[in-house]
Amino acid sequence: MPPLPSNSNSVSENVNQIGFNVLQIDCTSEIERICSFIQKSLVSVLKRRGIIIALSGGIDSSVTAALCARAIGCERVKGLFMPERHTSEDTFRLAKLFSSHLGMELIDHDITEILSATGCYNRQNEAIRQLIPQYQPNYPFKIALPENTSTIGYQIFSLIVKDNNNNVYRKRMTHDSYLNLVAATNFKQRVRKMLEYYYADKFNFAVAGSPNRLEYDQGFFVKSGDGSADLKPIAHLYKIQVYELAKSLGIPEEIRNRTPTTDTYPLEQTQEEFYFALPYQKMDLCLFAKNNNMHPESVCEATGLTPLQARKIFIDIDTKRKTTRYQHLGALKIEKITQID
Amino acid sequence: MLENDTNLQLSIIDFVNRNFLMNSDAVKYSNADSFMERGIIDSTGVLELVNFIQQTFKITVNDEDLTPENLDSVNNLVSYIKRKKTTGS
Repeated sequence: MPPLPSNSNSVSENVNQIGFNVLQIDCTSEIERICSFIQKSLVSVLKRRGIIIALSGGIDSSVTAALCARAIGCERVKGLFMPERHTSEDTFRLAKLFSSHLGMELIDHDITEILSATGCYNRQNEAIRQLIPQYQPNYPFKIALPENTSTIGYQIFSLIVKDNNNNVYRKRMTHDSYLNLVAATNFKQRVRKMLEYYYADKFNFAVAGSPNRLEYDQGFFVKSGDGSADLKPIAHLYKIQVYELAKSLGIPEEIRNRTPTTDTYPLEQTQEEFYFALPYQKMDLCLFAKNNNMHPESVCEATGLTPLQARKIFIDIDTKRKTTRYQHLGALKIEKITQID
Repeated sequence: MLENDTNLQLSIIDFVNRNFLMNSDAVKYSNADSFMERGIIDSTGVLELVNFIQQTFKITVNDEDLTPENLDSVNNLVSYIKRKKTTGS
């Protein structure tokens, strides 16, 4: 890591600047490449007859589904919509809009009852009351990172709750409350994955996951939840590139214009405040620059970040890679089972 | 170093060794080493550390105190806790 710039507000003149154009791709050839990968994966490796994909009404799952449909035909792709108590109405509407646009079957499987049976909601409520005792189950809530990117500090989540009179409570999460809330909430992604594999087994299909490169690289997924899949066709693409493909694939404009959300907590939450701290376009460029061994200051002009902020983002990328390495790992074994591994 | 500095230091090292390293010698570190860089503590670990110092040393760790300068090594923690105990800020 280069040393801190002497003047944190000015960019060194000898650092070459890059723009967002470095992320441009040839959509036609990229679509061909991915479709060929999907076909080969199904036929030669996975030996399954089609693909199940969970739809969220968002850009990543829509692009992944559209690519699968283009690769193997929409009759061999089934979309799975799994709403629960906290799912926004927009999500269902957009998932329906997208599947009918594509001509793909959509299975609607509400998971609220399963989640209630696991104690997901009650456990969430208990975790919230550890910090905000007056919390009532009908108050919307979310967790969020600090907004300030100008200082190099730890990224510690706060719990945000809004009561019925629109009073907002914000409390920094403690170790216990954070683990309790995240563990309970992760039931959502894990129950969804369980159902994806139920339908995959039922139809002899494979499960497609839809992380983009930013999410995959930075561990923005739940292990054995949305992190599990048989193939991840867009995991190599920066989010900006996913949007480019979406346009080329004719994904409806409303889906392309939707702000990326997590749709995990009942209070509206962007991915920035939940995980990335910067809009995806800026995160993409920072990640691209870092992956190509460029100086942190090379992104300053395009992103509007100060040298200190850019450096902080570069450090944060490394920190997230380290702290989420566990998410990518399979079960550890004392030695390789050479006949299998 | 004063006697109470030594106690403070030992108390922190004992917590780090027990809680994060499970008394193993998997990671070697000096009092000046960064916990993050040595892979001893991640962001969840910071929450555990905050919990520990608040309870053990009866101080309040404010949001603006959550920086590596205060928390990311044995030495940084000793200075931070001493400062909090004497000035409260």
